[in-house]
Amino acid sequence: MNAMIEINDVSKWYGQFAVLTDCSTHVREGEVVVVCGPSGSGKSTLIKTVNALEPIQRGSITVNGIQVCDPKTDLPKLRSRVGMVFQHFELFPHLSVMENLVLAQVQVLKRSHAEAVERGLRMLDRVGLSTHKDKFPGQLSGGQQQRVAIARALSMDPIVMLFDEPTSALDPEMVGEVLDVMVKLAREGMTMMVVTHEMGFARQVSDRVIFMDQGRIVEDCSSDEFFGRPESRAPRAQDFLSKILAH
Amino acid sequence: MGYDFDWASLQRAWPYLLQGLQMTAFLVAASMAAGMGLGTLLAITRIFAPRPVAALVAGYVNLFRSIPLILTILWIYFLMPVVLRSVTGDPNLSVGPIYAALVAFVLAESAYYCEIIRAGIGSVRAGQMQAAQSLGMSPWQAMRHVILPQAFRNMTPSLINQTIALLKDTSLVYVISLNDFLGAASKVGQRDGRVVEVYILVAVVYLVLCTAGAWWITWLQRRKAAAAI
Repeated sequence: MNAMIEINDVSKWYGQFAVLTDCSTHVREGEVVVVCGPSGSGKSTLIKTVNALEPIQRGSITVNGIQVCDPKTDLPKLRSRVGMVFQHFELFPHLSVMENLVLAQVQVLKRSHAEAVERGLRMLDRVGLSTHKDKFPGQLSGGQQQRVAIARALSMDPIVMLFDEPTSALDPEMVGEVLDVMVKLAREGMTMMVVTHEMGFARQVSDRVIFMDQGRIVEDCSSDEFFGRPESRAPRAQDFLSKILAH
Repeated sequence: MGYDFDWASLQRAWPYLLQGLQMTAFLVAASMAAGMGLGTLLAITRIFAPRPVAALVAGYVNLFRSIPLILTILWIYFLMPVVLRSVTGDPNLSVGPIYAALVAFVLAESAYYCEIIRAGIGSVRAGQMQAAQSLGMSPWQAMRHVILPQAFRNMTPSLINQTIALLKDTSLVYVISLNDFLGAASKVGQRDGRVVEVYILVAVVYLVLCTAGAWWITWLQRRKAAAAI
């Protein structure tokens, strides 16, 4: 299997403060990798370096063999193939659900409006929201908004999907509906990199778990290994796991 | 208190006054449209351009917001022909007061609109730009389709407010003898010896226009508050 995402010795600073230090990992085609760790550990920053929303100062990243940090890289083109789902959904509130799905297809991929609508409807159907196509984001629940955001990313035909804490801003009763969509997506073979605290999701569908602390990748192993043999994990990861699984 | 009001003379002069009102409306509309356009460009430049360019725009904004508008109008009126004559080499070139007024208003208003629009762009969540870019949109596409529509919606009350101020400020063109509503009214009043009636009428018209604008703002804000629930 080829590496879809390769992260090599990536470091990033805000002034003197090191946010990421020598991070190296990869995500293979069809793989689901969960990134977890305490807040401030750099996991959201790491996932945003993959589509260059966060610049890095050292190291290199490739997506599907394309250098992300090369100034010659056509970033918009690369980003259009890398789907991203945000913690706070970031749907465009002035546009209807369907217009949210159509905008980038038409503007970036230069699809015809009819083609984009058809594709958007299929993706809305996939997340179970096709009846809401004419509503505005403000009229939907948080869970529904996040499912629309996933459909918006999918309508661009991404080769990989990045999720940045997709359920952290949701009321507890809405977490399940979003995770269901993500599980389905994983089962269909989508390559996914997911920053999340949902250990149930990690255990159930992820192939590998990356644990970060203070800007470093502390653990990078199969999820069976991560959850099955917690005693052989780094002390910091054990501590995190015991806290997060205690309830 | 033995003043005899005579409103009939105003009635006779109404077509002339209407011409003045049209001039006022034209000045407001043209200055608003061009000022907002230029103001948007300035705001985007001030936010996204490299520091020296942004500082230049900041200086421009500060300059025109600090100078009394009446002075800007006088400067442009007297300076623009001099500059244009030396540029074109035509010693007889003249600039009509209407062009001078337009240039002065657009320069000054763009500085005011720039700051309003800058605040409006700042009111849109940073994640919106990231989301647009993550879909492959260029910064310009993101601005046009995602950021600016939301920004303009948020700042509509401030823009109307500024336009109300502009409506009143257009009366300053009397210093370069342009016949706006106030200018026309003054002439009618002095010709007929009816300045009291004329200035009452002018005040009422400005009052009605500005109050309508203020009501419009309140209505927009109520609607926005209702939509947020």
